[in-house]
Amino acid sequence: MSKRTVQFSIYRYDPDKDDAPYMQDISVDLEPTDRKLLDALTKLKAKDDAISYRRSCREGVCGSDAMNINGRNGLACLTDIDSLKQPIVLRPLPGLPVIRDLIVDMTQFFKQYHSIKPYLINNDPPPERERLQSPEDREELNGLYECILCACCSTSCPSFWWNPDKFVGPAGLLAAYRFLADTRDQATNERLDNLEDPYRLFRCHTIMNCVDVCPKGLNPTKAIGKIKDMMVRRAV
Amino acid sequence: MINRIVVGAHYGLRDWIAQRATAVIMAVYSVLIAAVLLIVRPASFEAWQGIFANGFIKFVTFLFFVSLFYHAWIGIRDLWMDYVKPTGIRLSLHVITLAVLVGYAAWAASILWRL
Repeated sequence: MSKRTVQFSIYRYDPDKDDAPYMQDISVDLEPTDRKLLDALTKLKAKDDAISYRRSCREGVCGSDAMNINGRNGLACLTDIDSLKQPIVLRPLPGLPVIRDLIVDMTQFFKQYHSIKPYLINNDPPPERERLQSPEDREELNGLYECILCACCSTSCPSFWWNPDKFVGPAGLLAAYRFLADTRDQATNERLDNLEDPYRLFRCHTIMNCVDVCPKGLNPTKAIGKIKDMMVRRAV
Repeated sequence: MINRIVVGAHYGLRDWIAQRATAVIMAVYSVLIAAVLLIVRPASFEAWQGIFANGFIKFVTFLFFVSLFYHAWIGIRDLWMDYVKPTGIRLSLHVITLAVLVGYAAWAASILWRL
């Protein structure tokens, strides 16, 4: 890849200075080694150090740099800069309150995540070494435990936009199924009771934006389907 | 009263299953009635009346309408739940929707059994 100039249109909002958010047009010169959107953002930050965004691991593990890239949620560190149509339009994740520029307040998102009790509940005394699972039982957790809570899915979900205070959202429900599917967990009934609700679970209308945007390639819709399947098996 | 968010009504599964079951009933009925119309090919009012005078067709047609109205109840209720936030207005809309759909069901029955 050669040296090139990339055009950006970035959502800017500093509540201390700005009355309203605005889009800023800005360009940046990239080196041949700059491949990912996050590389370009680093260059942009060097040019205008007021541009604010979250980032940490820069390799798709921490989930900090989730943002809306050309209308689609994704991680800046995993997005190839040359695959994007210019000007590259960067906005904060939709539906959450903006703190500044590309930084959103994730309180609501984590509140929903915590509401499903994202930890193993097992009242038996812990064995000397570890609670064992068969390889088949462990297999069921694949595609569930990998979630990095970047919020790309929940903030692309219309049901979460309309009811972020009541609908758990795809990320939370994926985590809920992760513990429902765990053979070491003893709170299956309580977990299902907690989700048996017209808002918490059944606001999902299988729109599947979550599956479309997940940077880790996970499938929350499938997990939600399996929760409903468990409820049916319990009730019928 | 402090405006706290309350959630956890402990229902939803039944409606979710009902919406799917009624959809299946409507789909099966659509195929069935299309087949009947293709076989009989009614050309006059009397021929149409003849089809619906049959007890089985009457029964499945009424079942279709009941399924349609139950299906519509869940769908419209979801709309109100998503877009109408004040509880009072939402409850009123629920009651109106239910009243209209029950009225439609009675109307459908009266038309069917008049034939």
